[in-house]
Formats: sequence, structure tokens, C-alpha cells
Amino acid sequence: MTAIADRGYRHPDRLVSTDWVAAHTGDPNVRIIESNEDTLLYATGHVPGAVHVDWTSDLNDQLRRDYIEREGFQALMARIGVTPDTTVVFYGDKNNWWACYAFWVFQLFGHTKAHVMDGGRLKWQKEGRGWSTDTPAYPPTAYTAPARDDARHRILRDEVLQFQKSGGQFVDVRSPEEYAGTRMHMPEYPNEGAIRGGHIPGAKSVPWARAINPDDGTFRSAAELTALYVDQNGLDGASDIVAYCRIGERSSHTWFALTYLLGFEKVRNYDGSWTEWGNLVGVPIEK
Amino acid sequence: MPAYPERLQALLDVFAGVTDTHERTQLLIDFARRFKEVPPDVATRPFDETHLVKHCESEAYAWAVPNPDGTLKLHFAVENPSGVSAKALAAILDKALSGLPAADIATVDPEIVEKLFRQNISMGKGMGLMSMVLMVQALAKRHL
Repeated sequence: MTAIADRGYRHPDRLVSTDWVAAHTGDPNVRIIESNEDTLLYATGHVPGAVHVDWTSDLNDQLRRDYIEREGFQALMARIGVTPDTTVVFYGDKNNWWACYAFWVFQLFGHTKAHVMDGGRLKWQKEGRGWSTDTPAYPPTAYTAPARDDARHRILRDEVLQFQKSGGQFVDVRSPEEYAGTRMHMPEYPNEGAIRGGHIPGAKSVPWARAINPDDGTFRSAAELTALYVDQNGLDGASDIVAYCRIGERSSHTWFALTYLLGFEKVRNYDGSWTEWGNLVGVPIEK
Repeated sequence: MPAYPERLQALLDVFAGVTDTHERTQLLIDFARRFKEVPPDVATRPFDETHLVKHCESEAYAWAVPNPDGTLKLHFAVENPSGVSAKALAAILDKALSGLPAADIATVDPEIVEKLFRQNISMGKGMGLMSMVLMVQALAKRHL
């Protein structure tokens, strides 16, 4: 794979290489954060010095279906020893799926000194770099966060309804079977937790992992991403785009690619996603 | 409250006594480390798709092979090298259920996943792990 700087990204600095991370594992101004689907994975071994942020227990409100508020974010930052000036670098399993999700939540609180380690756990492992089982402890910090701001990167139900009615662009990043609604009909298959299968009318189907080189988990080049999203699926980067999946996790990965790698400026993640849309009474669905 | 086979209940009791998140994580990882893949005399790659556990993102497979005494021996494969939870559950199911009659294994329900993993679980992963239990249950029923 070519170097990150040579791939034509609009904001290449949002990705850092495994070499860069390896050179900064002891940097007090850098906090490396692992986020995975499998919450056991971190404890089996992680990048030396990395802390664990679990999307379920750390980033979600434990009562309402929502993300943590300012106080929760400040407490999390204190726990992992991060100040507003700390550079945070996310990585994880599943081609950085959950790393991008955590990255996205951090953006709701305006922590812009944030990057993703290209290739995630897969690349680090393939390069034979070491894992550590030591759980690091950093001195707690006092972090003053702004109130969570959903307007820039997130879109909620009522606005999604208006956006759909106005013919806005959606990208459905789930599997083709989920998009088609056929998965709902498979016997013995747990469904999406939704009453109806299908997709938001007009949504383009671009499964999230197509943005990735499967061999090492790195992101595809800007030219390849443009071919995928623009040439093949007709997305217009100058207009608003809403990405969604099942609960907004896979779509945060696509949000990252569209926003930072292609430089689309109006991409929002609909985290209500199919578990909300597929259960809403009276909304239009296409199969 | 379902009546679980004795060995499984004993394991569930151990897990019930572990309230510390870190300790529970370590206990589950210990099981994952003890995971043994299905031997070649039972199945080889490419594995038969009918043994694939549906909705398990770690691409897990399960088999139930009759022992000479009529009990069953459970085998698993987990294709995702990072599928620690799937490996842990496979090792637990093997330890707790292998060597039991099919009728006993068929009583096991997916509720045990929550009892074992508690906070170490997410919605998507939980469904995959529960599907592993359902698969074992279905395999056992074929031998009733």
C-alpha cells in the first residue's frame, strides 16, 4: 500500500501509520485508544500504552438510547488521562469499524486532535509488532468539554424524515442482504431488531468494508474511493449526505472516509439507523 | 429458571461469583486460550456451510459427534483470529456439555450467554454468541 500522504486524500493527516504510532507509544502528548467490537480483545494484548474505550459502556448513555453527555465525556477523558491538548489515536478490530465509531463520538465533543491508525489491529498484527497485556494507568486529568454538539456530524429522526422527503442523498452501508430486506426472511436468523426490512427510499447501497483493502485493513486510495462513491454510486460530495447502517457504527466508518479522505463537507451519520427507521410507524421503505 | 446440566450450572455459579469486570474478562480469556479447534478427522476446511453459526461475525462452526456411549462431543472452529468471545464460549460449551446425552445438551438455552458475558457483550456480538448456543441446541436435537 502506498504511503498515506501519497493516496490523494483531502485530509491525509487524519490517518496515521502504524510506524507513526510505534514511534509515539511513549509520547505523553499522545493517547492511543483501542476500540473493538469484541470487548475481550484489548485484554488479550494491545498496542503498548494504549487504553481501552468500549463503545457500549464508555460512549453510550446507559439509560437512554443516546451518547454520553458532557459530564460523561469529561469523566471518560479523566479516566484515560486525556486533556483537550492531547492527540488521540484510535485503532481497533474489524478494519477500524469501532475505532471510527469512537472517533465520531469524540467529534461530537469537538476533540479535533484525533486520528485513526490506518489498518488497525490487523495491520499491526501482520507487521509483527508487539502486543502488550499491561493495562496502563495515566494520571487523571481535568477536562472541560463543551456540551455535545450533534448538529455537524449527526442527524436525528425528525431531520432525517425531512431530508428523505426532500430527496436527500443517503448511503446505506449495510450488507446487500440487509439493504434488500431479504435478511429479515431468513429462518433462524436474528433480525435487525426491526419490524420491517429494506432501506430508506433512494439510498445507495455501498457496504462499508468496500472502503478498505481487505489484506491489511488500510483505507483505499482517494481515487478508488471516488470511483466507488462518486462514479459508481453517484454521490455528490458538494451536497448533504447521510450515512446509516443498523445502529450507526458501520456508517461512522463510511462517514470518516467521506468526510476526511474525500473531503465531503456535509456528511452526517444517522445513528438511529435501521433499528429506528425499520421500526417507525408510517415511514416509507423501499426493498 | 431452567434446570441446566450439572457441569454447566457449576460453571455458571463460578461466573455468577465474579462481579469484577477485569476478573470476568480474564476468566473468559482463559477459556478462549484453552479453545481447541475441531480435529481434522471430524471436519476440514472448507467447512460444511450447514455447520456455520448464523449471525456470528467471527465465522464460527459447530459440530456434535456421537461418542460410543451415545453421548455427544462438541467441536468448534472460529475462523476470525480476533474472535476471542466466540472462542471463549466454544471452550465453555465444550467443557460444560461434551460427554452429555443429546437430551441434556438440548436443554441449554441462549440465556447462558448473558450469564457468562454480562457487561462484556454488545448487541451484535450477543446475537452471534446466542446463535452459537442455538446451533448447539439444534445439533443436539438431531440426535434425539
